[in-house]
Amino acid sequence: MHDIPLYNYLVLAALLFSLGVFGVLVRRNALVVFMCVELMLNASNLTFLAFARDAGTDMGHLPALFVIAVAAAEAAIGLAIVIAVFRSRGTVNVDDIRTMRL
Amino acid sequence: MTTFLFYVFAVLTVVAAAGVIAARSPIYSAMSLVGTFFCLAGIYVLLLAHTIAVLQVMVYAGAIMVLFLFVIMLLSLGEAVGPSKVTFPRVVGGLTAAGLFAALVIATRPFIPVGAEPPASFGTLQSIGAQLYTQWLAPFEAVSLLLLVAMVGAVVVAKSRV
Repeated sequence: MHDIPLYNYLVLAALLFSLGVFGVLVRRNALVVFMCVELMLNASNLTFLAFARDAGTDMGHLPALFVIAVAAAEAAIGLAIVIAVFRSRGTVNVDDIRTMRL
Repeated sequence: MTTFLFYVFAVLTVVAAAGVIAARSPIYSAMSLVGTFFCLAGIYVLLLAHTIAVLQVMVYAGAIMVLFLFVIMLLSLGEAVGPSKVTFPRVVGGLTAAGLFAALVIATRPFIPVGAEPPASFGTLQSIGAQLYTQWLAPFEAVSLLLLVAMVGAVVVAKSRV
């Protein structure tokens, strides 16, 4: 059963996390930026589960559970902020939202 | 067979994740993200994390993505066609992501798999639930409080007049 090395899972998680970082840096739509943050959270979850499988104890599944819960809270709050910003400014482009920028 | 499934799911995950970034319309991004979540759930099953895989499909692909789709439709964001050309910020973003990927791969190189044989109860709902309500009770309560705060906060922030 244990024929896939841990390293493969970690490389997949690293690739997923890097894709998320890339998306956060280059995409200008606030909603897509949020989706890329979800990608990064999923990459961290994959790392937790891969190490849990490798150690032979499922204690690592609990942090993954909490990451999912925090991601749900983050999505709810983040999307509410996006709606509020869209209502007052009429755009979700992160380049146009610069009130708090120097 | 497991190896074959791993590579199928891994390739599909990466392709779908790239689709999230490359898609022009936020709707297509959301659909690619659903695909990413489903393929990741398959990988979780390969890791014997059945409970988390089910939660992934229910919470992520179900609840969170419905939330995203609702907001996209609520804001009626049309086809925000951006010029798909190479700009300076994109090059910098690509280099940053590539550097990060290289650093992570190099950092994870020394992890020799121990390959401990898991017990029969590995990843079952019973095992996770038992730990959740004994050892992890304090974080569990903290997360429930966080979700309550997020719920109230989302309503207050998104409401036009409080």
